[in-house]
Amino acid sequence: MDLVTPNVGLIFWTGILFVLLLLILWKFAWKPILGTINKRNQSIEDALNAADKARQDMQKLQADNKKIIAEAATERDRMLKEAREFGDDIIKKAKEDAKLEIIKLKENAQMEISAQKAGAINEIKNQVAVLSVDIAEKILRRSLSTEEKHDDLVNDMLKDIKLN
Amino acid sequence: MKVSLFKYLILSLLIIASNALLASEEADTTKSNDFDVNEVLMHHIKDTYEWHILDYVNKNDEHVVVSIPFPIILIGNGQFDIFMSSEFHHGDKTVKRGNNEYILYHEKIYYKSENGNEHGIEYKLNDKGEKIVANAKPLDFSITKNVVGVFLIVIVMLLIFLSVARGYKKRPGRPAGLQAFMEPVILFVKNDIVVPVIGEHKSEKFLPYLLTVFFFILFGNLFGLMPIFLGGANVTGNISVTFTLALFTMLITNFSGNKEYWKHIFAVPGVPIWLYPIMIPVELLGIIIKPFALMVRLFANITAGHIIVLSLISVIFIFKSAVMASVSIPLGLFMNILELLVAFLQAYVFTMLSALFIGLAVQEEH
Repeated sequence: MDLVTPNVGLIFWTGILFVLLLLILWKFAWKPILGTINKRNQSIEDALNAADKARQDMQKLQADNKKIIAEAATERDRMLKEAREFGDDIIKKAKEDAKLEIIKLKENAQMEISAQKAGAINEIKNQVAVLSVDIAEKILRRSLSTEEKHDDLVNDMLKDIKLN
Repeated sequence: MKVSLFKYLILSLLIIASNALLASEEADTTKSNDFDVNEVLMHHIKDTYEWHILDYVNKNDEHVVVSIPFPIILIGNGQFDIFMSSEFHHGDKTVKRGNNEYILYHEKIYYKSENGNEHGIEYKLNDKGEKIVANAKPLDFSITKNVVGVFLIVIVMLLIFLSVARGYKKRPGRPAGLQAFMEPVILFVKNDIVVPVIGEHKSEKFLPYLLTVFFFILFGNLFGLMPIFLGGANVTGNISVTFTLALFTMLITNFSGNKEYWKHIFAVPGVPIWLYPIMIPVELLGIIIKPFALMVRLFANITAGHIIVLSLISVIFIFKSAVMASVSIPLGLFMNILELLVAFLQAYVFTMLSALFIGLAVQEEH
């Protein structure tokens, strides 16, 4: 029976000591300990959230990069195509120009040729006239004794002309 | 391994049983210096006015007791007396202060009775016909072994947790040393005992008390298991200490109880009005019974553990045979390890139930 009878003195001292312990630990131990643990948990959560956000940003950035690269590729393709077309055009135009020039040159050359031909014919014509006059002169100068001689002379003259 | 241990236990019990039979046969012849197990057990479990370290019989056949006396503080008959317990000479002498003469009898202090026996003790019979001490008792506020035990727990807890708190100031991010050792235990109490039953938000107010009570009981239990000096005070196995702790839980529960809590006591929802005359007294009794169960559970568990370990050790002295040590010591060791588990378990149970009672008192209607 003694064992299960509470003792006033022991209850008194236990109560006082326990309350003191509780108050001291509350103020100087539990508050800072739990406060720091809570703060640490908060900071860990914040860090995790920040890491999540950074990862999302990174993914977004990567997607953006891909988009930009794709855009650049299409742009480059377009520019290459344009350049090729432009080059083709230039070559085509140059070819056409060259063709026209050649035609022009040909025409000029033909015109020159025909002009010179005409010139040469004129010259021949003039020379023939001069020769004719010369022959006539020679014929006149030689007093023609005979008819035969006369014919011989004309033939000789004609031979000369042919040689010319 | 398991089987062999079991076999060993069976064998040990058989040895004890056979020895007990032999001992009972020769018990009559050795009655004079009989080993009183009951007295030894009670002496170890009950509170005393001194811290007993050892006793022996010296060359001159004198019984020498080595112990640390504590101050005795008594209030009675309009007097307030303080003196050291050594003045009683372990109960051999009375102490006279003013008009009061005190006697120490079986670890209790009484006024000396005029018509008592040679010790000044007067007996009477109680209603069951048992002989009990009839002497009047003064109000006893003495510093007993358990008060010193509580004080030691307080000192150790202050040393540990103030150092841990300092650790958190120095390195809040990365716990080290004692701080790293205690943090999982603190977080266990917080996250696995208190928060699930009280709730994250409300637990903040009650966590300091529940943490203190958990570690107080845990350290009390562990100190009680240490057989050497400074341990061995059966603090948490003392009904006064468990009464005080249960009282705190009761006060906190009822003072923090909200409208819902009181409504559940005086107007239980869903119960017909004609049942109220039964329900209200039952609920009111519940206010007392809950902490009463806390008090008895802790007291009984720890005391039972102490009694078993001490009984096993006493077997050696009962049979006056060193052979018994081969049985008693392994069994005692086994019990001590079991008590180690019980030390944690009871601290957990007390804290958990306290948290539960508080949680029920502060929960919102749902």
